[in-house]
Amino acid sequence: MRVLAFESSCDETSVAVLADGVLRGHVTRTQTLHQAFGGVVPELASRSHLEQILRLTRQALTDAKDSLEQMEGVCATAGPGLVGALLIGLNFGKGIALSLGLPFVAAHHLEGHVWSAELNGEKIPTPFLALLVSGGHTQLVLVEAFGHYRLLGSTRDDAVGEAYDKVGKLLGLSFPAGAAIDQIAAEGNPSYHRFPQLMMGEDLDFSYSGLKTAVLRQVQKLEPSEVQAHRADLLAAFQESAIALLTARLRTGIERFHPRALVIAGGVAANSILRKMARDIGRTSSLPTFFPDSSLCLDNAAMIGYIGEKRLAAGQRSPLDAPVKPRWSLEELREPENSISQKVISQTEYNDCTATSQS
Amino acid sequence: MSEGIVYPGPKPLVEERRITRCSQETVDLGKEFGSRLRSGAVVALVGPLGAGKTTLVQGIGAGLGVNEAITSPAFNYLLEYAGQLPFCHADLYRIEDARQFFALGLEEYFDRDGVLAIEWAERIADILPPRTISLYLNPLAKQDEREIIVCLGPPHATK
Repeated sequence: MRVLAFESSCDETSVAVLADGVLRGHVTRTQTLHQAFGGVVPELASRSHLEQILRLTRQALTDAKDSLEQMEGVCATAGPGLVGALLIGLNFGKGIALSLGLPFVAAHHLEGHVWSAELNGEKIPTPFLALLVSGGHTQLVLVEAFGHYRLLGSTRDDAVGEAYDKVGKLLGLSFPAGAAIDQIAAEGNPSYHRFPQLMMGEDLDFSYSGLKTAVLRQVQKLEPSEVQAHRADLLAAFQESAIALLTARLRTGIERFHPRALVIAGGVAANSILRKMARDIGRTSSLPTFFPDSSLCLDNAAMIGYIGEKRLAAGQRSPLDAPVKPRWSLEELREPENSISQKVISQTEYNDCTATSQS
Repeated sequence: MSEGIVYPGPKPLVEERRITRCSQETVDLGKEFGSRLRSGAVVALVGPLGAGKTTLVQGIGAGLGVNEAITSPAFNYLLEYAGQLPFCHADLYRIEDARQFFALGLEEYFDRDGVLAIEWAERIADILPPRTISLYLNPLAKQDEREIIVCLGPPHATK
């Protein structure tokens, strides 16, 4: 099945073309919020997703060497995310589905991340434990099967990627700081300072606000010259503490739920120490460990197309009045439902609309 | 033992000044404040990194009857919750000015029902509605102590 997929839940505007789970064309544009906007009228022109989506759609189709008419289904992220941002991708996707009479599915952003590692072409055995780690999310999820998710733990305050970026900024790194910290910390001595190992109990939740504040306090305590001289050490010590919490939760999750695989996904999944430690945990527990390709760790439409196609292929259809869902828990999802009857409704809507526009 | 508040602009009209000695007291103050808010309220939180803005918002949410965990929206820009009133929690840490705020369509949240709390709100001071209530958080010299000042009107702009 050939599908066109849209993602616009936050900063990234992304469009992808997939066929039978294989990526054919994929273009993502991150809003360059730090660029000058140059005096555009805010209410209309500067809605970045709106400005980009048509151009990106054409580009993705060109890259895929496909035409719009070859598409057999459309999917778009409906949530969770920002209302204004979600509306653009979701409604653009619905518009294309309506105009071509194609089936449409409203996709869950985090379900996309959970399965993003399968875009490598490997099948992940279920049940598996998925650690979703990014600037906006820190969650441990038990994936019982496609569509069946149990949220085991999540952050109580800051996300781990947010802690990385805020600590990076404290130490003079530019945003986003994850990759730079990964690199600089490799040259530092993690035992230079011992930051608190937070929340090491039996709970599966996370917390990063305290660690961020501890780094801030330590930086304020030191002379600026000391901070400069020991930047790599401070970052290494921070990173050790930050990753230790993630790996502790993975270990507890394995003990309690006996998964058949581990998945690390989201922006922080690109971190080399986390990758190494997760692989070690997997090896010790004889579990295969999966990571998405580093180009698919950030928000993207490829992962939305991947899960959207699975749902479309199983017969699931979302009505064309499906709303955006800014708040939407993974646990509310179900396995794909064959709802072909709703396709008739969409077709009727399609006919009605054409009739109206012609009259 | 106050280090003295550094106001980004002229000293605002102070309605209320409180000292909290630990994060639980900050949450409690937020609860008390939140329980007095009505639909349409916009709350601006101003204070440095680690000042306890998110902690105070967790209290405000609890005061509005939000039962689930309120987490930092720094990367999502805004997270929505359902309490006795709809509650939106925005964080402009990644936004520099009002134009970026408009680019994300966030100004739509000013006109929605419920309560809107905005961290780092001084970055969009110019476009905040006049009904905004500002909360300044000022870490004191003694660790974990915070001075929290409630002012009527939007915060003063930085820069």
